[in-house]
Amino acid sequence: MEKVVELKDISMTYHTLDGETHAVKDISFDIYNGEFVSIVGPSGCGKSTILSIIAGIMKPTSGSVLINGKQVDGTSDNVGYMLQKDHLFEWRTIIKNAVIGLEVKNKLSKSALKDTEELMEEYGLGEFKNHYPSQLSGGMRQRAALIRTLATSPDILLLDEPYSALDYQTRLAISEEIWLILKKEKKTAILVTHDIAEAVASSDRIIVLTNRPSCIKNIHVIELNCNEKSPIKCREAPEFRHYFNKIWKELDVHV
Amino acid sequence: MSNISREHLEFLRGQRIKKLAVFLTQTLLLLLFFGIWEIAARLRWIDPFIMSQPTRVFRTIVSLSKDGSLFLHTGVTVYETIIGFVSGTLLGTVIAIVLWWSEFVAKVLDPYLVVLNALPKTALGPIILVWIGGTSASIIVMALLISIVVTILNVYIAFKTCDEDKIKLLKTFGATKLQILRKVVLPANVPAIVSSLKINVGLSLVGVIVGEFLVSKAGLGYLIIYGGQVFKMDLVMTSVLILAATAAVMYISVAWIEKKLTKLR
Ligand SMILES: Nc1ncnc2c1ncn2[C@@H]1O[C@H](COP(=O)(O)OP(=O)(O)OP(=O)(O)O)[C@@H](O)[C@H]1O
Ligand SMILES: [Mg+2]
Repeated sequence: MEKVVELKDISMTYHTLDGETHAVKDISFDIYNGEFVSIVGPSGCGKSTILSIIAGIMKPTSGSVLINGKQVDGTSDNVGYMLQKDHLFEWRTIIKNAVIGLEVKNKLSKSALKDTEELMEEYGLGEFKNHYPSQLSGGMRQRAALIRTLATSPDILLLDEPYSALDYQTRLAISEEIWLILKKEKKTAILVTHDIAEAVASSDRIIVLTNRPSCIKNIHVIELNCNEKSPIKCREAPEFRHYFNKIWKELDVHV
Repeated sequence: MSNISREHLEFLRGQRIKKLAVFLTQTLLLLLFFGIWEIAARLRWIDPFIMSQPTRVFRTIVSLSKDGSLFLHTGVTVYETIIGFVSGTLLGTVIAIVLWWSEFVAKVLDPYLVVLNALPKTALGPIILVWIGGTSASIIVMALLISIVVTILNVYIAFKTCDEDKIKLLKTFGATKLQILRKVVLPANVPAIVSSLKINVGLSLVGVIVGEFLVSKAGLGYLIIYGGQVFKMDLVMTSVLILAATAAVMYISVAWIEKKLTKLR
């Protein structure tokens, strides 16, 4: 398999007037084409920082990132980023929200608009395309946010706790749905999450980070025996608990 | 709408009655005010020469309308006020954009803006009069000065508090600063800009009246100062009442435009 993302000795230090924060220290890992990889770690350890560096909206203090073998310098058309909240603009209709990435990249052609409309149609938002975000449910909004990310046709998706603003039921359903969409569209995905169960259920590999300055504590290859490959079905696999407990111990949460 | 329950209908009726009661009381209060004023003047509890009275005000309005001067002066005041608050809001917004664009400029100008904001701008009236001359332009500059500083501060603060994550979202698509301004910062703050337009109606009117006091050529401010000088209190009271009505109409119009705009957005 080919490597699509390579991190080489990434370190990141934030400087503020109050002092400096060593967020990330010497992190290296590779992501392969079509993989679904989760990153888990204590809160504030630098997970979002890593995604921002991969997305090219932040420069690491040292180290380098390669996307499809090319050094990252600024944002790349190959990478899509989904943030924690949907951040749909309430003054734009859903379709206008979905094409904002294309607009920013000056790629809003007739055919691109049509493709986006087809995506909305396919993923159940067709009849809502002229609605405003406030008229949609939380799950539908998250789907609209995904379509906004997919509209610029990136191969690699970065998902930063994309479901954490949703209630538990919706969250299970939408994470299943989005997982299926990503597999169907053959995307590579890097998911940051606090939810160990979600990580185990949906990932091919899980990267566990330590406390700040964070480095890699362990990388787990997840192999679940389930007859139907989907996050909810995989939760029933016999190995599920085993991975869950191992990662839980590694995160070493004290309350 | 057929399945509205009886309780709900009764609730709606109750609300309507309450609204009507408030409106009737408001009207009554106004009538009472003019009524007592009139009676007090007729019974000589107050001196109508100094305090004027509603019938005299009415007569003044009639005579002023006959020679057309009522419309002239009201028109001048309205015109100057509209130019004042529209240009104050636009220019203020443009300057706020500049401050948002360059944090350095914003930091440098910060103390000056704070002082300018605290300074009563009417104190600058005589200076403007000398520099620009006794024309309508002076009055508009006065109105502009009063509204612009508050606009800059309010709109700039609104820009600064624009959701960082929405900006981050656009950055993930590689947005330039101009795109961030046009696609997030400005549209997200349309309500803030329109609400400063509303505040500026009142502020700009203060500037216009002070300006007309000083320039003394036309407008309701001129009528008020002129009436005071020749001791025609009927004229003063009439002008003040018309000013109050004019101010109310302008405020309501802008509030209406605000409602339309926020819906349209
Ligand atoms: N712009 C910044 N300036 C200064 N420090 C920052 C900045 N952004 C993040 N940090 C600090 O760097 C550390 C890592 O932040 P980051 O947001 O990457 O962590 P995270 O793992 O995503 O946290 P969470 O689990 O809360 O989402 C935190 O301690 C944070 O306070
Ligand atoms: Mg984070």
